[in-house]
Amino acid sequence: MDEMTWLDYLPVLGQGAWVTVQLTVWSTLFGALLAFAAGLGKLARNAAVRGLSVAYIEIFRGTSLLVQLFWLYFALPLVGQAIGINLRLPPVTAGILALSLNIGAYGAEVVRGAVQAVTRQQYEAARALNFTPRQTLFRIALPQAIPEMMPPFDNLAIQNLKDTALVSLISLADLAMRAEQLRNYTQDSTTIYTLVLLMYFGMALVLTAFMRGLSSMVGRWRPAQR
Amino acid sequence: MLFGFEWDTTNGWTLAVSILPILMRGLWVTLQATVLGFAIAMVLGLVLAALKAAPSRLVSWPARGVSEFLRDTPLLIQLFFLYYVLPEFGIILPAFLTGAVALGLQYSAYLSEVYRAGIEAVPRGQHEAARALNLAPRRTFSRIVVPQAIPRIVPAMGNYLVSIMKDVPVLSVVTVLEMLNVAKIIGDRTFNYLVPLSMVGGLYLILTLVAAQGVRRLDRALPKTGIPLK
Repeated sequence: MDEMTWLDYLPVLGQGAWVTVQLTVWSTLFGALLAFAAGLGKLARNAAVRGLSVAYIEIFRGTSLLVQLFWLYFALPLVGQAIGINLRLPPVTAGILALSLNIGAYGAEVVRGAVQAVTRQQYEAARALNFTPRQTLFRIALPQAIPEMMPPFDNLAIQNLKDTALVSLISLADLAMRAEQLRNYTQDSTTIYTLVLLMYFGMALVLTAFMRGLSSMVGRWRPAQR
Repeated sequence: MLFGFEWDTTNGWTLAVSILPILMRGLWVTLQATVLGFAIAMVLGLVLAALKAAPSRLVSWPARGVSEFLRDTPLLIQLFFLYYVLPEFGIILPAFLTGAVALGLQYSAYLSEVYRAGIEAVPRGQHEAARALNLAPRRTFSRIVVPQAIPRIVPAMGNYLVSIMKDVPVLSVVTVLEMLNVAKIIGDRTFNYLVPLSMVGGLYLILTLVAAQGVRRLDRALPKTGIPLK
């Protein structure tokens, strides 16, 4: 058998990278939804909604992502067994679920902070103009708050991309898993892990560029700053 | 049996009680890795921050590149890199040390930003006043800037200390017997993952809530006008 060179690694790593990209996209999207739900929920007037949001945020920010991932993958089926439901999740579901729940909890604090940072006068003006609470939220608060959320969201998206590497530990064939497989096969650790680090770095740069674009898009309505 | 402690699988509660001492052993390793990783990150972060602030671009640009790279690549891969690649260059470290170094490297990039932000947050008027009083730049830095930067830096560092603690479970992949790895082994052997993994979650929650409270107290206790280094 011929010796494999780094060029031969690329197709295999490419397959893994594609899985990583998909995981990142889906979990960032679901995470964003959860972030808005819990972040606004924490500011809700209804005490039950508020309590639920706070509990969710504290539990998922307060424990380690890997603990959450293992719990969903290894422990949840046992809960299902006890109550007679099949809760055995396929790795991809458990992975996306854990990543979204985790990043969503961090994002919720960002959403809450940005919405709270909208000045009181804005709410008073909306009230004076007879806006309903719903209109105030969607027409007044969020358009001003969302551009403020973008820089921290960029950081969280990068964090999420990096965190996807952990799903290889529940046997998902992402970039990290492919790297491990190649290393087992070729023992060429230096080349493989250098390539993989560069690939993650490249993906992070693309993601940051995308988030910058998104940031200028959601802030388009604002007069040019500085 | 693990670390000489037997477990009692009569029911979930007896299992929980019997494995608590085992998990505590793991927790102790987790805390050690956290502290060592944090110490490494503090030192490397300071070096990175100094290099990034260097007047010459020949120094500051590569430093910025390295910092970005460390921040944008997964801890898991950095850890594997150190674990498998260093031995090829004749550097053989125990798994625990490799893990601590990986944590330190990843977080040095974050902490370098904390140092930078803390120093830049000192108002310009302070620099101007020091200049007006004819203080040498070195003295200005050590006696004026640093004492005022510390109250801004310390709380942010506390938050990263908590983050490091939450990243320690990643070290389980290179066989470090921290808390999650211990729980996983108990699960593998008793076929009950629910109890040990839930306990680890609960213990983490307690630790981070206590730590967050500590950081908040520290933040309030630190005088905002600055801490003299004497």
